[in-house]
Amino acid sequence: MIWQIDLLLLTLVVICGVTTIFLKDLLAATLVFSVYSFLMCLLWAEMGAVDVAFTEATVGAGVSTMLFIATILRTTRRSKD
Amino acid sequence: MKTDHSLPQDRPIGPSLIIEVGVRIMIPFIQLFGLYVIAHGHYSPGGGFQGGVVLGASFILMAIAFDLKTSLRFFSLRANAVMASSGVFIYTGTGVLCALVGGMFLDYSALDAILTLGPVEWRSMGVFIVELGVGLAVTAIMASLFWDLSSGGDMDKGL
Repeated sequence: MIWQIDLLLLTLVVICGVTTIFLKDLLAATLVFSVYSFLMCLLWAEMGAVDVAFTEATVGAGVSTMLFIATILRTTRRSKD
Repeated sequence: MKTDHSLPQDRPIGPSLIIEVGVRIMIPFIQLFGLYVIAHGHYSPGGGFQGGVVLGASFILMAIAFDLKTSLRFFSLRANAVMASSGVFIYTGTGVLCALVGGMFLDYSALDAILTLGPVEWRSMGVFIVELGVGLAVTAIMASLFWDLSSGGDMDKGL
Protein backbone atom coordinates (compact mmCIF):
# COMPACT_ATOMS: atom_id res chain seq x y z
CA MET A 1 0.00 0.00 0.00
CA ILE A 2 1.64 3.22 -1.21
CA TRP A 3 -0.78 6.03 -0.44
CA GLN A 4 0.42 8.29 -3.26
CA ILE A 5 -0.39 5.62 -5.88
CA ASP A 6 -3.66 4.87 -4.08
CA LEU A 7 -4.68 8.54 -4.16
CA LEU A 8 -3.75 8.93 -7.84
CA LEU A 9 -5.69 5.82 -8.85
CA LEU A 10 -8.75 6.72 -6.79
CA THR A 11 -8.82 10.25 -8.25
CA LEU A 12 -8.59 8.89 -11.79
CA VAL A 13 -11.32 6.31 -11.05
CA VAL A 14 -13.69 9.04 -9.85
CA ILE A 15 -12.87 11.24 -12.86
CA CYS A 16 -13.49 8.36 -15.29
CA GLY A 17 -16.73 7.38 -13.56
CA VAL A 18 -18.15 10.90 -13.68
CA THR A 19 -16.99 11.35 -17.29
CA THR A 20 -18.76 8.13 -18.29
CA ILE A 21 -22.04 9.45 -16.92
CA PHE A 22 -21.85 12.87 -18.55
CA LEU A 23 -20.57 11.90 -22.02
CA LYS A 24 -23.27 12.15 -24.68
CA ASP A 25 -21.61 9.87 -27.26
CA LEU A 26 -22.19 6.21 -26.41
CA LEU A 27 -19.00 4.91 -28.03
CA ALA A 28 -16.87 7.44 -26.18
CA ALA A 29 -18.66 6.61 -22.92
CA THR A 30 -17.91 2.91 -23.49
CA LEU A 31 -14.23 3.58 -24.01
CA VAL A 32 -14.00 5.77 -20.90
CA PHE A 33 -15.80 3.00 -19.01
CA SER A 34 -13.16 0.57 -20.24
CA VAL A 35 -10.48 2.90 -18.87
CA TYR A 36 -12.41 2.98 -15.59
CA SER A 37 -12.37 -0.83 -15.47
CA PHE A 38 -8.66 -0.94 -16.12
CA LEU A 39 -7.98 1.61 -13.36
CA MET A 40 -10.12 -0.50 -11.00
CA CYS A 41 -7.98 -3.48 -12.04
CA LEU A 42 -4.81 -1.55 -11.11
CA LEU A 43 -6.43 -0.59 -7.81
CA TRP A 44 -7.30 -4.21 -6.97
CA ALA A 45 -3.78 -5.35 -7.87
CA GLU A 46 -2.32 -2.56 -5.78
CA MET A 47 -4.43 -3.64 -2.80
CA GLY A 48 -3.16 -7.22 -3.18
CA ALA A 49 -6.30 -8.86 -4.63
CA VAL A 50 -4.61 -10.26 -7.72
CA ASP A 51 -7.42 -12.69 -8.51
CA VAL A 52 -10.07 -9.96 -8.54
CA ALA A 53 -7.74 -7.75 -10.58
CA PHE A 54 -7.39 -10.52 -13.16
CA THR A 55 -11.15 -10.90 -13.41
CA GLU A 56 -11.59 -7.14 -13.73
CA ALA A 57 -8.97 -6.92 -16.49
CA THR A 58 -10.41 -9.78 -18.56
CA VAL A 59 -14.14 -9.25 -18.04
CA GLY A 60 -14.42 -5.56 -17.22
CA ALA A 61 -11.85 -4.03 -19.53
CA GLY A 62 -11.81 -6.73 -22.20
CA VAL A 63 -14.95 -8.65 -22.99
CA SER A 64 -17.66 -6.34 -21.64
CA THR A 65 -16.26 -3.41 -23.64
CA MET A 66 -16.49 -5.54 -26.78
CA LEU A 67 -20.06 -6.54 -25.92
CA PHE A 68 -21.01 -2.87 -25.42
CA ILE A 69 -19.40 -1.88 -28.73
CA ALA A 70 -21.13 -4.76 -30.54
CA THR A 71 -24.44 -3.58 -29.12
CA ILE A 72 -23.84 0.09 -29.96
CA LEU A 73 -22.85 -0.70 -33.56
CA ARG A 74 -26.28 -2.31 -34.11
CA THR A 75 -28.10 0.87 -33.10
CA THR A 76 -28.74 4.04 -35.10
CA ARG A 77 -28.64 7.60 -33.88
CA ARG A 78 -32.16 8.62 -34.92
CA SER A 79 -35.23 6.42 -34.60
CA LYS A 80 -36.84 5.46 -37.90
CA ASP A 81 -40.47 6.25 -37.08
CA MET B 1 -17.32 14.99 -32.15
CA LYS B 2 -18.62 13.56 -35.41
CA THR B 3 -19.10 9.82 -35.40
CA ASP B 4 -20.28 7.37 -38.00
CA HIS B 5 -23.53 5.87 -36.79
CA SER B 6 -24.64 4.15 -39.99
CA LEU B 7 -25.41 0.44 -39.79
CA PRO B 8 -22.37 -1.86 -40.05
CA GLN B 9 -23.80 -3.50 -43.19
CA ASP B 10 -23.43 -0.39 -45.35
CA ARG B 11 -20.17 0.94 -43.96
CA PRO B 12 -17.14 0.31 -46.16
CA ILE B 13 -14.75 -1.89 -44.17
CA GLY B 14 -11.93 -3.56 -46.02
CA PRO B 15 -9.57 -6.21 -44.71
CA SER B 16 -6.38 -4.84 -43.16
CA LEU B 17 -3.20 -6.82 -43.68
CA ILE B 18 -1.53 -5.48 -40.52
CA ILE B 19 -4.43 -6.43 -38.27
CA GLU B 20 -4.87 -9.87 -39.86
CA VAL B 21 -1.20 -10.85 -39.58
CA GLY B 22 -0.97 -9.43 -36.06
CA VAL B 23 -4.03 -11.31 -34.87
CA ARG B 24 -2.85 -14.51 -36.57
CA ILE B 25 0.38 -14.31 -34.53
CA MET B 26 -1.36 -13.29 -31.29
CA ILE B 27 -4.16 -15.86 -31.12
CA PRO B 28 -2.03 -19.00 -30.35
CA PHE B 29 -0.33 -17.20 -27.47
CA ILE B 30 -3.63 -15.91 -26.09
CA GLN B 31 -5.10 -19.43 -26.17
CA LEU B 32 -1.97 -20.93 -24.59
CA PHE B 33 -2.17 -18.32 -21.82
CA GLY B 34 -5.85 -19.13 -21.26
CA LEU B 35 -5.07 -22.84 -20.93
CA TYR B 36 -2.21 -22.01 -18.54
CA VAL B 37 -4.50 -19.90 -16.36
CA ILE B 38 -7.10 -22.71 -16.21
CA ALA B 39 -4.50 -25.39 -15.43
CA HIS B 40 -2.77 -23.36 -12.70
CA GLY B 41 -5.97 -21.88 -11.30
CA HIS B 42 -6.03 -23.78 -8.03
CA TYR B 43 -2.71 -22.51 -6.66
CA SER B 44 -2.06 -19.20 -8.40
CA PRO B 45 -4.16 -16.19 -9.44
CA GLY B 46 -6.69 -16.98 -12.11
CA GLY B 47 -8.88 -20.01 -12.47
CA GLY B 48 -11.59 -21.48 -14.60
CA PHE B 49 -13.54 -18.27 -15.06
CA GLN B 50 -10.61 -16.03 -15.95
CA GLY B 51 -8.98 -18.62 -18.21
CA GLY B 52 -12.31 -19.27 -19.89
CA VAL B 53 -12.79 -15.57 -20.54
CA VAL B 54 -9.29 -15.33 -22.06
CA LEU B 55 -9.99 -18.36 -24.30
CA GLY B 56 -13.36 -16.93 -25.32
CA ALA B 57 -11.76 -13.55 -26.02
CA SER B 58 -9.43 -15.19 -28.53
CA PHE B 59 -12.46 -16.25 -30.59
CA ILE B 60 -13.98 -12.78 -30.18
CA LEU B 61 -10.72 -11.31 -31.48
CA MET B 62 -10.92 -13.68 -34.46
CA ALA B 63 -14.48 -12.53 -35.16
CA ILE B 64 -13.43 -8.86 -35.01
CA ALA B 65 -10.23 -9.07 -37.06
CA PHE B 66 -11.56 -11.39 -39.79
CA ASP B 67 -15.31 -11.96 -39.75
CA LEU B 68 -17.91 -14.06 -38.01
CA LYS B 69 -17.56 -16.92 -40.51
CA THR B 70 -13.84 -17.37 -39.72
CA SER B 71 -14.56 -17.52 -36.03
CA LEU B 72 -17.34 -20.06 -36.62
CA ARG B 73 -15.04 -22.18 -38.78
CA PHE B 74 -12.63 -22.67 -35.87
CA PHE B 75 -15.33 -23.02 -33.20
CA SER B 76 -18.57 -24.35 -34.65
CA LEU B 77 -21.97 -23.79 -33.10
CA ARG B 78 -22.33 -27.51 -32.39
CA ALA B 79 -18.97 -27.60 -30.56
CA ASN B 80 -20.02 -24.47 -28.72
CA ALA B 81 -23.26 -26.04 -27.48
CA VAL B 82 -21.48 -29.28 -26.52
CA MET B 83 -18.75 -27.40 -24.64
CA ALA B 84 -21.16 -25.17 -22.74
CA SER B 85 -23.36 -28.01 -21.58
CA SER B 86 -20.52 -30.43 -20.82
CA GLY B 87 -18.85 -27.74 -18.71
CA VAL B 88 -21.97 -27.34 -16.59
CA PHE B 89 -22.30 -31.14 -16.50
CA ILE B 90 -18.71 -31.59 -15.22
CA TYR B 91 -19.28 -29.00 -12.51
CA THR B 92 -22.58 -30.35 -11.21
CA GLY B 93 -21.55 -33.96 -11.88
CA THR B 94 -18.53 -33.60 -9.61
CA GLY B 95 -20.68 -32.08 -6.89
CA VAL B 96 -23.39 -34.74 -7.15
CA LEU B 97 -20.79 -37.52 -7.30
CA CYS B 98 -19.31 -36.26 -4.03
CA ALA B 99 -22.79 -36.35 -2.49
CA LEU B 100 -23.47 -39.85 -3.88
CA VAL B 101 -20.33 -41.45 -2.40
CA GLY B 102 -21.14 -40.15 1.05
CA GLY B 103 -19.98 -36.54 1.46
CA MET B 104 -21.64 -33.19 1.06
CA PHE B 105 -22.29 -31.46 -2.30
CA LEU B 106 -18.86 -30.47 -3.73
CA ASP B 107 -17.04 -32.03 -0.75
CA TYR B 108 -14.11 -33.38 -2.77
CA SER B 109 -12.51 -35.36 0.03
CA ALA B 110 -15.42 -37.82 -0.20
CA LEU B 111 -14.15 -38.88 -3.65
CA ASP B 112 -11.46 -40.82 -1.77
CA ALA B 113 -13.99 -43.67 -1.66
CA ILE B 114 -13.69 -44.12 -5.47
CA LEU B 115 -9.91 -43.98 -5.88
CA THR B 116 -7.69 -43.91 -2.82
CA LEU B 117 -5.39 -40.91 -3.09
CA GLY B 118 -5.99 -39.36 0.30
CA PRO B 119 -8.47 -36.58 1.12
CA VAL B 120 -5.91 -33.76 0.77
CA GLU B 121 -4.90 -34.87 -2.72
CA TRP B 122 -8.55 -35.24 -3.71
CA ARG B 123 -9.39 -31.71 -2.57
CA SER B 124 -6.71 -30.36 -4.91
CA MET B 125 -7.86 -32.63 -7.75
CA GLY B 126 -11.52 -31.78 -7.16
CA VAL B 127 -10.90 -28.05 -7.45
CA PHE B 128 -9.02 -28.68 -10.70
CA ILE B 129 -11.88 -30.76 -12.18
CA VAL B 130 -14.45 -28.12 -11.24
CA GLU B 131 -12.25 -25.34 -12.69
CA LEU B 132 -12.01 -27.34 -15.91
CA GLY B 133 -15.80 -27.48 -16.13
CA VAL B 134 -16.12 -23.76 -15.41
CA GLY B 135 -13.46 -23.01 -18.03
CA LEU B 136 -15.24 -25.04 -20.73
CA ALA B 137 -18.61 -23.42 -20.03
CA VAL B 138 -17.28 -19.86 -19.82
CA THR B 139 -15.23 -20.21 -23.04
CA ALA B 140 -18.30 -21.31 -24.98
CA ILE B 141 -20.68 -18.77 -23.43
CA MET B 142 -18.32 -15.79 -23.88
CA ALA B 143 -17.80 -16.58 -27.56
CA SER B 144 -21.49 -17.16 -28.21
CA LEU B 145 -22.48 -13.97 -26.34
CA PHE B 146 -20.41 -11.92 -28.75
CA TRP B 147 -21.58 -13.84 -31.82
CA ASP B 148 -25.21 -13.39 -30.87
CA LEU B 149 -24.85 -9.69 -30.04
CA SER B 150 -22.83 -8.81 -33.12
CA SER B 151 -24.97 -10.69 -35.64
CA GLY B 152 -28.38 -10.03 -34.12
CA GLY B 153 -28.82 -13.73 -33.36
CA ASP B 154 -28.84 -15.15 -36.90
CA MET B 155 -25.06 -15.91 -37.02
CA ASP B 156 -25.06 -14.70 -40.59
CA LYS B 157 -23.08 -11.49 -40.80
CA GLY B 158 -21.06 -10.03 -37.96
CA LEU B 159 -19.81 -6.51 -37.33
